[in-house]
Amino acid sequence: YETFGAAPNDLPANDHLDWLESEAIHIMREVVAETLNPALLFSGGKDSIVMLRLAEKAFRPDRFPFPLLHIDTGHNFPEVIAFRDRRAAELGEKLIVRSVQASIDAGRVVLRRPDESRNVYQTATLLDAIREFEFDALFGGARRDEEKARAKERILSHRDEFGQWDPKNQRPELWDLYNARLHKGEHFRAFPISNWTEFDVWQYIAREKLAVPGIYFAHDRLVVVRNGLLAPITDITPPRAGETAVTRTVRFRTVGDITCTCPVLSDAATVEEILVETAITRITERGATRMDDQTSDASMELRKKEGYF
Amino acid sequence: MATVDTLRFTTAGSVDDGKSTLIGRLLYDTKSILEDQLLSIENTTAKRGGHVGKLGVDLSLLTDGLTAEREQGITIDVAYRYFATQKRRFIIADTPGHEQYTRNMVTGASTADLSLILVDAGKGLQTQSRRHAIIASLLGIPHVVVVVNKMDLTDYSQEVFNKIREEFIAFARTLDFAEIDFIPVSALEGDMVVDRGNQLDWYQGPTLLELLETTQAAKNAAGDFRFPVQLVAKAKLGTNDNSRAEYRGYMGRIESGRVSVGDRIAVLPSGLAARVRDIVTLDGSLATAAAPQSVTLLLDTQIDISRGDMFAHAGALPTVTRQITANLSWMSAQPLELSRRYLIKHTTQTVRVLLEGIDFRLNVNSLARETGITTFKLNDIGRVRLKTLRPLMVDSYRANRATGCFILIDEVTHQTVAAGMILGDNADGACPAA
Ligand SMILES: Nc1nc2c(ncn2[C@@H]2O[C@H](COP(=O)(O)OP(=O)(O)O)[C@@H](O)[C@H]2O)c(=O)[nH]1
Repeated sequence: YETFGAAPNDLPANDHLDWLESEAIHIMREVVAETLNPALLFSGGKDSIVMLRLAEKAFRPDRFPFPLLHIDTGHNFPEVIAFRDRRAAELGEKLIVRSVQASIDAGRVVLRRPDESRNVYQTATLLDAIREFEFDALFGGARRDEEKARAKERILSHRDEFGQWDPKNQRPELWDLYNARLHKGEHFRAFPISNWTEFDVWQYIAREKLAVPGIYFAHDRLVVVRNGLLAPITDITPPRAGETAVTRTVRFRTVGDITCTCPVLSDAATVEEILVETAITRITERGATRMDDQTSDASMELRKKEGYF
Repeated sequence: MATVDTLRFTTAGSVDDGKSTLIGRLLYDTKSILEDQLLSIENTTAKRGGHVGKLGVDLSLLTDGLTAEREQGITIDVAYRYFATQKRRFIIADTPGHEQYTRNMVTGASTADLSLILVDAGKGLQTQSRRHAIIASLLGIPHVVVVVNKMDLTDYSQEVFNKIREEFIAFARTLDFAEIDFIPVSALEGDMVVDRGNQLDWYQGPTLLELLETTQAAKNAAGDFRFPVQLVAKAKLGTNDNSRAEYRGYMGRIESGRVSVGDRIAVLPSGLAARVRDIVTLDGSLATAAAPQSVTLLLDTQIDISRGDMFAHAGALPTVTRQITANLSWMSAQPLELSRRYLIKHTTQTVRVLLEGIDFRLNVNSLARETGITTFKLNDIGRVRLKTLRPLMVDSYRANRATGCFILIDEVTHQTVAAGMILGDNADGACPAA
């Protein structure tokens, strides 16, 4: 890969990654210019790792004009949490962590079962954090190719005072002109990598030589087969009655909450091998890895309406 | 890594012309459908029945969106879909066809290089087809492809196809397209979408996919240099020549054209002159940069510059003006009120604007100009005169999409109420009714 404009009279390489990158930088700068108190959601996952790189591209040598925010379910993979902290420190940027456990302790979140997935409960903690810091815009790494409800999401997506998304009443979004006007208590979710696909994300990680947590690469792991998915066996997620754990060579395609994120069988040990695998894969990212989306066809849409990421 | 570019296109058609089936077919035949998606639509087909063709699954379910839509059996909003072939990456803005959602069509068209207009072979050109063409023209889409679908229901008849083609050509003479193509297809059976099939041998042109893969995508690098300032960097930047001087960095995206170190530029609206000292990116300094790159520019002189200012080459300036004539597409359920407070967002400026008058409303079915109009309702399109509180740096939309477009925002509700396309001096450029 060559950077743009090496030869003065040549058009820059018409690489779609350059186009996607520039679009994302433009969006980040617009949102920073037009909102008072943004934050960037950073989980240590691949999409948010790309988001941090884009923030560097947009704002260096300045500090980021926003803190990083992570909503920790308490059920995240330890290597991802370690990665999160290391990356924030390397960048010298402020990381705010708010935990679902604290919301549970404070009685703001009540679990139906102790081993229940905490994924949906992130919404309460997230909305509390937005109120606590008076954030008026949150950058997220969601992509439109991930899921049906996401396909209709605006790049700058409005949320009411209750954090709710109203898909039927979204502001029209034309050209690259983002309407960032808010009333008090409302906020935006901003999605600079809306137009990226899973493959673009891995291509960009390869091009920029970005580090990602080790669990994205092939490793041996104890799993059980459950509803056609490989469920990881951990302290938090022991085998259920009648299940036998087996060791398989797997990797994660997404790294969400342990209780609802599943690895896939894979021997891909490098970013290049992941790219090859992603190019020929026959199952969607969420279909292969997310128990929460399988609950019903509309589950992402319902969660998003209530204020989920 | 192979170099590929991206083509953005919209799809429009009346309800039931087969738009969802066509997109499903494109995705399916380019192998963009993954197993779990296919399984999910197979299950739904089995549950609900539906039109399945030889393939045995209802491909329209692939683009089936939100629950609310499924309940009503219609598509209510713009959805974006992604697929790629060896040659190109595609972004489809999938917009609904029924009348009350013209605003979504305008939205989808605003970023498109090409528009697919679906016509049901059995029904022929409809009022809706004309409306779609007019909107595509108004939004400056240079290339439309008229996809005559359901050819299987008319025995793949060449006469039926030719009749639609001639009718469309006659109608489109008044519009502003650089290129119009016509393709006969059966989305249901897959003829002439990705594969040629064996029913349409009288048609010699490319398949739909071949056409999409080879048509020219937008090339903004060709126009005059336009650089709206988004932000001013906090840190002062030194340069790579070890001099002690420190410079402010101006962050923005090159919307059109190109710029090189040493170029003489004008800072607008003040008109003060400067030279480009450095083009900074995280990956190092550049000698030249071009649209659509996002960069940080340093100038050789200290000038007071802030967000909303624009850089351009001294010899090729945009118009600096507070008076604008524009085509306007009204997007709000709340009608336009001439006395109400609106903001205009144009490039990186947001300023208060007065609507001085409505010249006419365009009848998007007949192209007639209706005068004596004092308001626009949702989905109305027409020509207005605006006066802005501060000067804007504009080009006609036809000359430059990025510096010729704007949105209007209601100052009280904060809704985006309209999309505008600025007309040039002779005021007729982008209006198809001219
Ligand atoms: N015979 C035939 N039927 C088609 C074709 N394309 C779509 N249809 C049917 O027309 C109906 C409407 O199609 P759909 O894709 O849902 O239309 P939309 O409302 O434009 O998205 C469905 O019953 C389709 O199966 C075609 O090429 N031939």
